[in-house]
Amino acid sequence: MVDNAASGADLSRVWKVLREAGLTALIAGFLAVPLIGLRTIGGRDGMAVESRWDMLMIAVAVVFTGRLVLIALRRVLPRLGAGVGKIGSFGTLFARHRSGLAGLALALALALPLMPFSDRYLVDIATLVLIYVMLGWGLNIVVGLAGLLDLGYVAFYAVGAYSFALLGTVYEWSFWACLPVAGACAAAFGILLGYPVLRLRGDYLAIVTLGFGEIIRVVLTNWVEFSGGPNGIASIPRPTLLGLEFSRRAPEEQSFHHFFDIDYSGDHRITFLYYVILLLALLTNLFVLRIRKLPLGRAWEALREDEIACRALGINPVNTKLSAFALGAMFGGFAGSFFASRSGFISPESFTFIESALILSIVVLGGMGSQIGVVLAAAAIILVPEFLREFSEYRMLAFGAAMVLIMIWRPRGLLAHRAPTVSLGQSGARP
Amino acid sequence: MAYFLQQLINGVTLGSIYGLIAIGYTMVYGIIGMINFAHGEIYMIGAFLAVLCFSMLGMAGVTWVPLALVLVLLVAMVFTSAYGWAVERVAYRPLRGSQRLAALISAIGMSLVLQNYVLLTQGAGLKTLQPIVSGGFVVYDAPDFVVTLSYIQIIILVLTVVLMAAFASVIARTALGRAQRACEQDRGMALLLGIDVDRTISLTFVMGAGLAAVAGVMVALYYGVIDFFMGFIAGLKAFTAAVLGGIGSLPGAMLGGMLLGMVEAFWSGYFSVEYKDVAAFGILVLVLIFRPTGLLGQPEIEKV
Repeated sequence: MVDNAASGADLSRVWKVLREAGLTALIAGFLAVPLIGLRTIGGRDGMAVESRWDMLMIAVAVVFTGRLVLIALRRVLPRLGAGVGKIGSFGTLFARHRSGLAGLALALALALPLMPFSDRYLVDIATLVLIYVMLGWGLNIVVGLAGLLDLGYVAFYAVGAYSFALLGTVYEWSFWACLPVAGACAAAFGILLGYPVLRLRGDYLAIVTLGFGEIIRVVLTNWVEFSGGPNGIASIPRPTLLGLEFSRRAPEEQSFHHFFDIDYSGDHRITFLYYVILLLALLTNLFVLRIRKLPLGRAWEALREDEIACRALGINPVNTKLSAFALGAMFGGFAGSFFASRSGFISPESFTFIESALILSIVVLGGMGSQIGVVLAAAAIILVPEFLREFSEYRMLAFGAAMVLIMIWRPRGLLAHRAPTVSLGQSGARP
Repeated sequence: MAYFLQQLINGVTLGSIYGLIAIGYTMVYGIIGMINFAHGEIYMIGAFLAVLCFSMLGMAGVTWVPLALVLVLLVAMVFTSAYGWAVERVAYRPLRGSQRLAALISAIGMSLVLQNYVLLTQGAGLKTLQPIVSGGFVVYDAPDFVVTLSYIQIIILVLTVVLMAAFASVIARTALGRAQRACEQDRGMALLLGIDVDRTISLTFVMGAGLAAVAGVMVALYYGVIDFFMGFIAGLKAFTAAVLGGIGSLPGAMLGGMLLGMVEAFWSGYFSVEYKDVAAFGILVLVLIFRPTGLLGQPEIEKV
């Protein structure tokens, strides 16, 4: 009897799950009829339509199984989580061992190019990840600390990249001389943009920054005499190590392999670039960690939590926001000039809205204000598309879907960390 | 003068299209306070459905234009609304009540998904549509310039006016409109008073997507060329229009759309086509400096 009842309950549960998945598949099938089932093709006289019902069937089947897997995951994950230690306690786990973990990550990052298994490709990818880590840390000042939503961060990245590219190719300045100039340029643009618009509410600010990003891109594309237009700028100088170049032939034997009297290898340059961006990123990190403890950084966090209280306490919101905006932009500018120097070629194509979205998702995914979270998120955001390279044409589709799924899975970011750096009494006592 | 008049007509047409898309943004923002980044993609899907339907009708031999137009509009609105509903259900509803930025990132992800979905299923190339509604009136016959108002421009204007009127009366008079306004004011209170908030939000997405579908069909007819990436910049402009007019306000969305369409038309007509986007965003910054809540937006009073 008991067995029968149990199996009856099981059966109805199975039925319920199947019905849910079937319903989802049915809706997906309906949605997919015009776009997957039918396809317009350019005919001799105008457009013609061909049908692809086989593709539609496959899509419906994929949705059906996907839904089943999701239901199963939702049932299994919490049980799994209870056994291994709740997934939700990642954050506290990290918080407890923060300094140790940061040290470990740093040691790993320092040793990466020297590892026996590392090759050119790996170091190159790691360099890319570090560029985004740096951008994420820079944007974190604006979004995570000051709580200003900036959808046009790529504009400052572009300003930095183009400042260096122009100074480097036209006036032949070196990378290290340009770096502060590029940062200052980006910061100046940040102030220029921020001054009129920073008194706007959050989402108005978002659309203005988004518009600003587009303006910069449109100007760079169309002002051909200045920026080379869509053709971009090529043969941008590489960074040098105290004047030593990383090329096979350098004037007056001033190249790295001549100076140290070793054989020339292209890997030296890749490794050097890796260490340069590591240095820049660590400087950003150090800056952010320190400024959070200064009055300015505390004012940012206070402003994020409650603007009216800040005004009452005599903090000037415009200047405080402006400083966050300018400093965030400055780090974007640094990253931009490194990017220009690393690739040797830039064009407006590299500075589209999708880059801004990518950097913002790194910050949000990392958990808004968490430094180590940004590192994890940057690694995930850059490495996932790299791994998906085999499915080349489905890559961006999967990437978008992953963004949605991760946000649904962890709406507060991988490492939720929003507690103010300093607080009175216990940090948990906040309402 | 003649040239000015022509630019005015073009500007109003473009503005109507922006306005139709902007309503979807402004309504969603009003109710759940999020920027629905995938809305531009919804409009793009509407345009693809239009090309698909017109091609099929052409193959089936339906050549009477009014019938074809009505059929295409209906089909496009039904399917596009279904997409709007599905996007909300999949990507936004699970995030209701979590931090605002999470929904924004989810929306950006959804926008990528839809864009690449259409790219994969319909191909990357431009889709062209044979002119279906051609011809027009000569409004003003100056010696050096002839001002024309084409039939498709008339259709766009009339359809926009009719839809706006219908929409305004739905919001003002029906139970659904009342529920929407209640949700906009205070979602928690609306829930307590027995309003099905989830259903109201879903219907808001459906309505916004329906209007975006009309805009998509009209654009496919007006320009005759569409591609999978058209939703991004149109969505950006429409959102700008919504902010320009004061986000959350329906007449504001229309006004913002008109203003933006006109700025673009005049700027392209008198200055340069390349910098029309700069002009559009420039006007946004200018308006926001003097009216931080948009042209018709209500200033939000913060109470401590």
